[in-house]
Amino acid sequence: METLTVDRKIAPPITDAINFHLELKPYEKFTLDNGVPVFGINAGAEDVLMVEMVFFAGNSFEEKNLVAAATNFLLKNGTSKKKAFQINEHFEYYGSFLNRACYNETSTITLHCLNKHINELLPVVGELITDSVFPEEELAIFKQNQKQRLSVSLKKCEFVAGRLIDSYLYGEDHPYGKFTSHAEYDALSREELVAFFDKHYRNGNCMIFAAGKLPADLFQSLNKHFGKLALGNNFQKPIHNISSAKKPGEKSRISNDPNGVQGAIRIARPFPNRHHPDFQKAMVLNNIFGGYFGSRLMSNIREDKGYTYGIHSYVQDHIQQSAWVVSTEAGKDVCQATIDEVYREMKRLCDEPIGEKELQLVRNYMMGIILGDLDGPFHIIARWKSYILNGLDEHYFYKAIETIRTVTAEELQQLAKKYLNHGEFYELVVI
Amino acid sequence: MIRFERFVLPNGLKVIVHRDNSTPMAVVNIMYDVGARDEDPNKTGFAHLFEHLMFGGSLHIPSYDGPLQMAGGENNAYTSNDVTNYYIQLPAENLETAFWLESDRMLSLAFGEKSLEVQRKVVSEEFKEHYLNKPYGDVWHKMRDLAYKIHPYRWMTIGKDLSHIENATLEDVKRFFFKHYRPQNAILVVAGNITVEKVKELTEKWFGDIPTGEKYTRDLPQEPEQTEARKMEVRADVPLDAFYKCWHIYPRKDKRYYIADLITEILSGGGSSRLFHSLVKEKKLFSAIECYHSGSLDAGTLVIEGKLVKGVKMEDAEKAVENELERMRTEKVTATELQKVKNKVESLIAFEDMSLTNRANSLAFYELLGDADLMNHELEKYNVVTAEDILRESRNIFRPENSNTLYYHSKN
Repeated sequence: METLTVDRKIAPPITDAINFHLELKPYEKFTLDNGVPVFGINAGAEDVLMVEMVFFAGNSFEEKNLVAAATNFLLKNGTSKKKAFQINEHFEYYGSFLNRACYNETSTITLHCLNKHINELLPVVGELITDSVFPEEELAIFKQNQKQRLSVSLKKCEFVAGRLIDSYLYGEDHPYGKFTSHAEYDALSREELVAFFDKHYRNGNCMIFAAGKLPADLFQSLNKHFGKLALGNNFQKPIHNISSAKKPGEKSRISNDPNGVQGAIRIARPFPNRHHPDFQKAMVLNNIFGGYFGSRLMSNIREDKGYTYGIHSYVQDHIQQSAWVVSTEAGKDVCQATIDEVYREMKRLCDEPIGEKELQLVRNYMMGIILGDLDGPFHIIARWKSYILNGLDEHYFYKAIETIRTVTAEELQQLAKKYLNHGEFYELVVI
Repeated sequence: MIRFERFVLPNGLKVIVHRDNSTPMAVVNIMYDVGARDEDPNKTGFAHLFEHLMFGGSLHIPSYDGPLQMAGGENNAYTSNDVTNYYIQLPAENLETAFWLESDRMLSLAFGEKSLEVQRKVVSEEFKEHYLNKPYGDVWHKMRDLAYKIHPYRWMTIGKDLSHIENATLEDVKRFFFKHYRPQNAILVVAGNITVEKVKELTEKWFGDIPTGEKYTRDLPQEPEQTEARKMEVRADVPLDAFYKCWHIYPRKDKRYYIADLITEILSGGGSSRLFHSLVKEKKLFSAIECYHSGSLDAGTLVIEGKLVKGVKMEDAEKAVENELERMRTEKVTATELQKVKNKVESLIAFEDMSLTNRANSLAFYELLGDADLMNHELEKYNVVTAEDILRESRNIFRPENSNTLYYHSKN
């Protein structure tokens, strides 16, 4: 056989990813008898599914710190009929995973299971959201173990930096800025959890997301188990005011561990939410700045100088109000040099238009990432969930793609001038 | 059932093709049969440092990442004690870009001084971030050192000592590359929206002329059977006392590996598992406790680790763990409990196979074990495990002379 010698210096031709036709698979929507909406994505080859109940029961709804998180955590720890052990044993016997999580606006209960077991599991999920009793003993164990976990976390500079920068951005009274303390765990009482549960779960507002190879009768099953409950569909979110004790541009240095060999650096500024006209363009600018491995921050501070294992910029995933953050852990003796380089990269984005090749690369990269992220039912439903909770629809998806394709270097430079100003960022180092 | 086809190039490169037309993407996964266990004891951390250098430019291509990103792709890599794995996900239409990039760095790296200098620093920061600047970050350095006296599992992937990385030279790097990064030491998996014909054509075009190289024959010193319980105590600036104990188990290809795996599931891995229920919930001696195993190819270890509730004595905590192990050694697990952990394995496998990247990685891993088709038979191996097997292996594993215990005391 004749061997063709290839010219390895020449890249094979590519199709620019911006020319791909991307489609977001639409969801199927049902409404339970009580008005609870169900959004479904039916796709995938494996006989598995996910059912997620989203309650409007995040920490924005609590009157006292930690009540929302503790209620959510202890949903699995006892009903009037079952002890925590029996609940766990039931879900685990069927090889299913029942997780719960508490966020700012919402909290979730998520079931992942094999399709063949769904009908054994949904009734018990129903039991948890109507009949949880929050035993005193379970609360006591929770408090003790969470306090111990907090003690360990507080030794980590990145944990301390993460909570401090949020408090600078939003204020310590804001759901996005407040943080936990041992004293606040101690102050939790069972009655508060019971009352929060009654209002925000048993009689709460809920939407359901389902994805996977959905069984034909899934909607009927959901309606049977959840359609008669006292759940509503009022998806209002409380508004909280921001009142930071810090001024933009302020530099904070915290000593957390005298033996620390690295500093956790956070540089952040307030940024509007997804409904702001700058938001999608800023996503492109953020990618160039610190959003992927080839970003300016990574190329300069990791790949050229070796100051850090990784440095990233991102816009926080918040519904009401957000922030643009630069985050890294760098060697103690190069923290200041790292910060200087971050500001230098901001200034470069303000002073010089982004070159055509770099912009083309970022366009293709972002499109490729979206294409890869539309792979499989769980990814698709996660995107839909984010849109729905943020009050957006498929237009947002198609607009984002249009923005990636068409945003100009000049627009990005204007955006940099508007947002990437040194003096408007809170700067924090925790060692 | 994960379907695939397989062929081998004359230079020894093994290729697996897995088609999935439901996705617009393709995954190109290359697993090299080299890990931290293949390192010189005086040059540890090399396999991992090397993984970083693989992104520093190859013979004909100065930048690896740029052209891939331009093609809408992304990539990552990991190093374990056993293998080093590189993977790319990109739009299937641009598949050839992945072949171009991967084949050139298999042909030869550029071996630039600057890349080595920067990545030495980056890896040092990684070492600090994960192992020095974290409470309990040094535990596995100590535990491996305690449990292994001969086998190279006695050091971690990141390396035994920062100085090994700091002293790495370009000569070391070149030698390592031409010893391990040869076609006959690699498995290429191409998965996604592709055809076997296209993959054959591209593989021959881009990988066909890479020299076979010398065959690397692995001849690692095997760990002799442990005959005496080992114990170590440390005091450190951490908020809580922590308890660690590990026992030697079986190599990956041994049938008993599956039994040991199910033992860890019975003891830990859920709110109804024994250690959690008994020691966290009922006796309230630990605020967290876990049981897992290292999953390594040569004989690994099964581990129990937990944080003690403030005020609990280490000896009392250990005794309570021992009581649970005594139950494992004397009573057969019930049919329900055994079925529970088997059901979990079934579910884990199904969820893992949802992702194309995972499937490509698993095909490469099982091919390295001997046959990619093994991944379709894992569940059967778990399903044949009996309560008697669990009892017998619990007796064999949880022997005091097979154990290594670390008391990690809080100075505070």
